[in-house]
Amino acid sequence: MLWETFKLAFQAILRNPMRSFLTVLGVVIGVAAVIAMVTIGNGSTAQVTADVETFGANRLMLSPGQGRMGPGSGSGSVQPFAQSDVDKIVDQLSSIEIAVPTSTSQLVAVYGNENYQTSVTGTNSGYFVVAEWTLSAGRSFTDSDETGKAVCILGATVVEELFGNADPLGEDIRLENISCEVIGVLEAKGASTFGTDQDDLVLIPFKTYARRIAGSTDVSMISLSMRDGVSTDRAVNDVTMLMREIRRIDPGEEDDFTVNTMEQLSSMLTGISDVLTGLLSAVAAVSLLVGGIGIMNIMLVSVTERTREIGIRMAVGAQASQVLLQFLVEAIVLSVLGGAIGIALGMGFAAVGAILLDIPFIPDPGIIALAFAFSAAVGIVFGYFPARAAARLDPIEALRH
Amino acid sequence: MPSDAQPPLIELRDITRVYGIGEAEVHALDGVTLRIETGEFVAIMGPSGSGKSTALNVLGCLDRPTSGAYNFHGTDVANLNRDQRALLRRNYLGFVFQGYNLLPRMSAMQNVELPLIYKGMSRSDRVERARVALEKVGLAGRANHDPSELSGGQQQRVAIARALAGDPQVVLADEPTGNLDTKLSIEIMELLQKLNRDEGLTIIMVTHEREMAEYARRLIWMVDGKVESDRLTVKGAA
Repeated sequence: MLWETFKLAFQAILRNPMRSFLTVLGVVIGVAAVIAMVTIGNGSTAQVTADVETFGANRLMLSPGQGRMGPGSGSGSVQPFAQSDVDKIVDQLSSIEIAVPTSTSQLVAVYGNENYQTSVTGTNSGYFVVAEWTLSAGRSFTDSDETGKAVCILGATVVEELFGNADPLGEDIRLENISCEVIGVLEAKGASTFGTDQDDLVLIPFKTYARRIAGSTDVSMISLSMRDGVSTDRAVNDVTMLMREIRRIDPGEEDDFTVNTMEQLSSMLTGISDVLTGLLSAVAAVSLLVGGIGIMNIMLVSVTERTREIGIRMAVGAQASQVLLQFLVEAIVLSVLGGAIGIALGMGFAAVGAILLDIPFIPDPGIIALAFAFSAAVGIVFGYFPARAAARLDPIEALRH
Repeated sequence: MPSDAQPPLIELRDITRVYGIGEAEVHALDGVTLRIETGEFVAIMGPSGSGKSTALNVLGCLDRPTSGAYNFHGTDVANLNRDQRALLRRNYLGFVFQGYNLLPRMSAMQNVELPLIYKGMSRSDRVERARVALEKVGLAGRANHDPSELSGGQQQRVAIARALAGDPQVVLADEPTGNLDTKLSIEIMELLQKLNRDEGLTIIMVTHEREMAEYARRLIWMVDGKVESDRLTVKGAA
């Protein structure tokens, strides 16, 4: 009997394929949107996690001023750090393994006829450990380099812009008014989550940067690496306490510096993608609602068109519940078909999106099952009213129709 | 007439059917009392508005009387609810309508199978039963045709096969020749007569054509919701 009912539902749907398709279009769009968004969201979350790992999972960043990563950043004057702060952190805090100063300027690098605007960062050899970054060629800064020698290590993008395929090692490039020798090339890291090119930089020893480029020994940021096994909370707390002491901040006053962790960064980024996913899911929910109303509408039309058929079925002995089931199954089959088309379309969009956005394609079986269940629920909820209308018809009236 | 110990197939006692309320009240049936035995072929006639169609609807358990008693095989069925009446129709009654009322886009075979689906019969049983029923009405060769591919007379034969398929105790026919010309009407009436005579099928038929009513063995004449006369026809008396 149930099998007959399903067969009947398919026959009724296929009798008018164009109308059936237009009827379920709302469900198709809603489901496709959810599937595409969630799949792309999963991919970008995975990408963020991977990016944070390339950035250095154990890394903390200490910057002057408050809330640099939130709104209102950059307001008021900020007191920069000094080399002595870096030394104190390493000497006094057991939770911190390495601390390196970093200061950055946007400069034009020149080699021969080529010139290229890039960011030049003064730091020292500990930076490679903190940022978990290795060299693809050449060597790191030596102690002797760090006394203020004019040497530099180039990011992969800078090498390509200035040297093309030629070997940059041992060549001299000009940064502002200093000439420095290329001693190493960094392994390529690719684009960051924010879309910036992480390989677009030149590293020079911090002292060289302070003397020859900035003209001051101010440290604009300190990169820290936590000792293995130390909790992020403890490391942040230690650094905060020490810096408050060094910078003589009274109890009750706010910090005039910020410690950013990779966890914050990644949760902020995944937070953005969660908000987007939530918003789009709301849009998708509205679309499903509209789709459901579309199904209800066409089922009501269908009941009216088939009043005589309903009368005949009742005359030969169909009970109200059997008529109800027939129309309910038809609505459910319609909406589940719409859901299936939506899932296929959504996966297609997500696959294309993953390629365009350069993120991994991660289908989520849970959300696919949910989309199926949801489209079936739409069929039940919005199919019930028309089906009940059919079941309540009076057989004599229906036959007279 | 069988003995009183055996209840009649159908017994109506003082049946009324009232539509509307107050001033708009219409007494479609106004105290109908009659008995119909198994194996009878009854024609109900009367002017329009006499209540003959309402009587057939009540007899066929499509409608419910406002008051009175309706015993089917000795069981009171006047107060059954919708689903109980559906079960009664499914198991004991067959219908033939003026407008054939076949489902379009379904073959003759599928139409005949329809009541059997609701009986929960297996597919192979259904096909066999439907085949036998189509044979009885002389349409075995048209089993796979859609109603739109059949003539009016053939469509009505399919409808009769559908009524027979469930092996009913009574077939109720509402103006079965109303849409057919005289030649085809006679064919249909001869078919019904044959089924009554050879198979012992009980038939109750509403008609407004005297010639068609003469194929029955008993004629009930209704006026204003009442039975005015109830007699044997020429054939019934013969």
